[in-house]
Amino acid sequence: MAQLSLTVNGTKVSREVAPQTLLVEFLRETLRLTGTHMGCDTAQCGACTVHLNGNAVKSCNMLATQAAGMKVTTIEGIAAADGTLHPMQEAFNQCHGLQCGFCTPGMVMSAIDLVTHHDCSSEAKIREGLEGNMCRCTGYQNIVKAVTQAAAATKAMA
Amino acid sequence: MNARQAFIGQSVVRREDARFLTGNGQYTDDITLHGQTYAVFLRSPHAHAKIKSLSTTAAAQAPGVVGIFTGEHFKAVGGLPCGWLINNIDGTPMKEPRHPILAHGKVRYVGDRVALVVAETVDQAKAAAGLIEVDYDVLPAVIDLAGANGAPAAVHDEAPDNRCYLWQIGDKEGTDAALQGAAHISKLTFHNNRLVPNAIEPRAANAHWNPSSDDYTLYVANQNPHVERLLMCAFVLGIPEHKMRVVAPDVGGGFGSKIFLYGEETALVWASKQLRRPIKWTAERSESFLSDAHGRDHLTTVELGLDKDGKFVGLRVDTTANLGAYLSTFATAVPTILYATLLAGQYTTPKICCTVNAVFTNTAPVDAYRGAGRPEATYTIERIVETAARELGIDPAELRRRNFIHSFPYASPVGLTYDTGDYDATMNRAVELADVGGFEARKAASEAKGLKRGLGYSAYIEACGIAPSSVAGALGARAGLFEAGEVRVHPTGKVTVFTGSHSHGQGHETTFAQVVADKLGIPMEDIDIQHGDTGKILFGMGTYGSRSLAVGGTAIVKALDKVIAKGKKIAAHLMEAADSDIVFEGGQFKVAGTDKSIPFAQVSLTAYVPHNFPHDKLEPGLNENAFYDPSNFTYPAGSYICEVEVDPATGVVRIERFTACDDFGNVINPMIVEGQVHGGLVQGIGQALMENCVYDPESGQLLTGSYMDYAMPRADDIPHLTVETAKGTPCTHNPLGVKGCGEAGAIGSPPAVINAVCHALGIKDMPMPASPHNVWKAIKASR
Repeated sequence: MAQLSLTVNGTKVSREVAPQTLLVEFLRETLRLTGTHMGCDTAQCGACTVHLNGNAVKSCNMLATQAAGMKVTTIEGIAAADGTLHPMQEAFNQCHGLQCGFCTPGMVMSAIDLVTHHDCSSEAKIREGLEGNMCRCTGYQNIVKAVTQAAAATKAMA
Repeated sequence: MNARQAFIGQSVVRREDARFLTGNGQYTDDITLHGQTYAVFLRSPHAHAKIKSLSTTAAAQAPGVVGIFTGEHFKAVGGLPCGWLINNIDGTPMKEPRHPILAHGKVRYVGDRVALVVAETVDQAKAAAGLIEVDYDVLPAVIDLAGANGAPAAVHDEAPDNRCYLWQIGDKEGTDAALQGAAHISKLTFHNNRLVPNAIEPRAANAHWNPSSDDYTLYVANQNPHVERLLMCAFVLGIPEHKMRVVAPDVGGGFGSKIFLYGEETALVWASKQLRRPIKWTAERSESFLSDAHGRDHLTTVELGLDKDGKFVGLRVDTTANLGAYLSTFATAVPTILYATLLAGQYTTPKICCTVNAVFTNTAPVDAYRGAGRPEATYTIERIVETAARELGIDPAELRRRNFIHSFPYASPVGLTYDTGDYDATMNRAVELADVGGFEARKAASEAKGLKRGLGYSAYIEACGIAPSSVAGALGARAGLFEAGEVRVHPTGKVTVFTGSHSHGQGHETTFAQVVADKLGIPMEDIDIQHGDTGKILFGMGTYGSRSLAVGGTAIVKALDKVIAKGKKIAAHLMEAADSDIVFEGGQFKVAGTDKSIPFAQVSLTAYVPHNFPHDKLEPGLNENAFYDPSNFTYPAGSYICEVEVDPATGVVRIERFTACDDFGNVINPMIVEGQVHGGLVQGIGQALMENCVYDPESGQLLTGSYMDYAMPRADDIPHLTVETAKGTPCTHNPLGVKGCGEAGAIGSPPAVINAVCHALGIKDMPMPASPHNVWKAIKASR
């Protein structure tokens, strides 16, 4: 077992973990933060996307211990403390950007990274930016709409 | 309906989103019980083999192992049942070989369940599974669909020709004669490609047995928990139904694949009592590919006869349908009742005959996948109609218009009676939205770039809300096809609605609440919609076949009618008026023609605090339930137009425009309906351009067993879709006038795409998927 200390959603946590534990397993099983989902075995679907020091990563694709000392943000950690939704969460709701909700946490985390760090000036660029996250329900149209709306809101705030 | 509130018809944003957007959804794998153990299934590495010996001795000694079970343990337990009996042409019943919980003696597909290993952790269960020693005697595998009947091996001894049934519908002699007299016959043979449903949440189950009460609880990613319970209790494990609670909590997409009773959850339930511990299993994605029921996989030859004026005179269809290695829950109904009965499409074709040869192969079971039979029917009709149009040089939209049904109700020659529709309206609007008039100019622009451009049409019809039970029963269904709903009015006028429909993305918690809010004249905030738990809901047939609103929603409406009727009697008593003088509008019970009224909440309070109450006529309380068995299917229909650009150098197909105009009857929430169409369209476009499930024809190994090999549509594969819901022709036989919208997109879109690719390349046929490789091959072959 290895001792792992890191910050998750603003709270410092320290736990013993088996060295082979994936970050997603640590979040879901050890910390019981079950909002982060596992949809595939091959880092293809993106349902497990979280932020590591502010950048989107697929948490099924790294060991928990690789996140030692870093800041992890999950879907549970993006709304304001008073429950006010993040603009991306709000946009997904307004635009009907989710159906079954299973890919949604990963999609939202990727989308936040996308509008924060990348060019969202066209629908084509947004679609390309979402390529790492699969959704089987929405056909992506309303996800793209939500990201477009949130990107505009983010730009307006900046 | 209450005009003041009018939630119906509004794009109300979804109430269920709050939990999904914040990570508070609760899916099956999120549930961990006290004393939890974890299961792993050892699966067959061979498509077809005898199990010569199986030893679990070493595995049982491995760290953390709690129990190991094999087919030997399940010998005395029933097999998984098939829910629909189909008869052969000669009247004899289909072959129905045993579908074991765990393989016994023989394995029949790669991924077949061989052993269940339960341990303290998943890793320990996996490690122990690797220590199970199985000695296989590998047999030749039956993989090729076309050759299954004559294959040297038999998947099941009782079906030496690998035939489950040979079934027929329609007027064979009449159809043969009509084709003989036809001025023109168009003919095609094609494969409706095999698909893997791929809900992003893998299948999962968590089974728990309570030793003090001898009760079981099963949490399972499932679309119809009551059906799951009924099948598992009554037909497999012999558990009294009242001793089993099935909970389908938040479910991450279904698309059909979570309708069925699978061996995994059945084994877990049985073993949970043996081990006296809760057992959780969650499929890895590779397991989902191997073991979820697949979809489609039909080999079809179709002939359409036309007279000299382009009127359809006869349609002859021969289909070989792959059922896989075992009969999944509704497998046998998909290529028959849900397929061949739809072959009239939107047309007046007077003579139709369809023969279906359903075969066993050494592949995963095949069952309902979004559309289930109706996409295969639509592909068959819409490909051959378009082919005829191109062969005869008639505009494809015009040829369709010439043959559209214009008079309703319409009794088709393959057993259905369409209640209503307006096929010209959706076709004409789609042509307008797609700017078909500008196509030639766009084509010229493409040609200038060395690219090919094509236009493809599809005019689909589907039948939703499989019904009525009596007819389904006469056709072989072993289940009823009604729905149940309960409206529990609380003393303060707040309402909890319990529905047998199950939401796994469809937005019932919003749509159903809109209906209830309008009907009762109360705010949506005062209404809660509950589903997915046999411990709470009186009964339910679940969600599939785009049936939830048309059947489940109607059951709720019927229960609401009873609530209002009782409320009127209570109100009449309170206002000292005759029952017949009370009207209910805007959430108020009123004495007609007077200004006397009392609000809904006062009536509900009186029902539970019945001091001044007509005890001689009524019981206290305000809680009503209803079961609704529809008198007919509903018939959504529409027209889709796809415009593609093909690069002949690379074979890459780009969808430039996709236009959909659907008639779903009345619409409760347009935003949710459009979302359903988007998702359906992309699954259909995925089938047409990308997705393909492939087994090695010799070894039977699944070659497309991960997202690295099976091409799922991603955001950048798909264009912006133009989707419009027509004003529509309301369904005539349910009070909401709704038809269902969940599957339409997946049903109507594949032929539109392939018709467009064929048009662009000037070729008669293009196998699905129209991947760059397949397109490039087709271009080479056409030269």
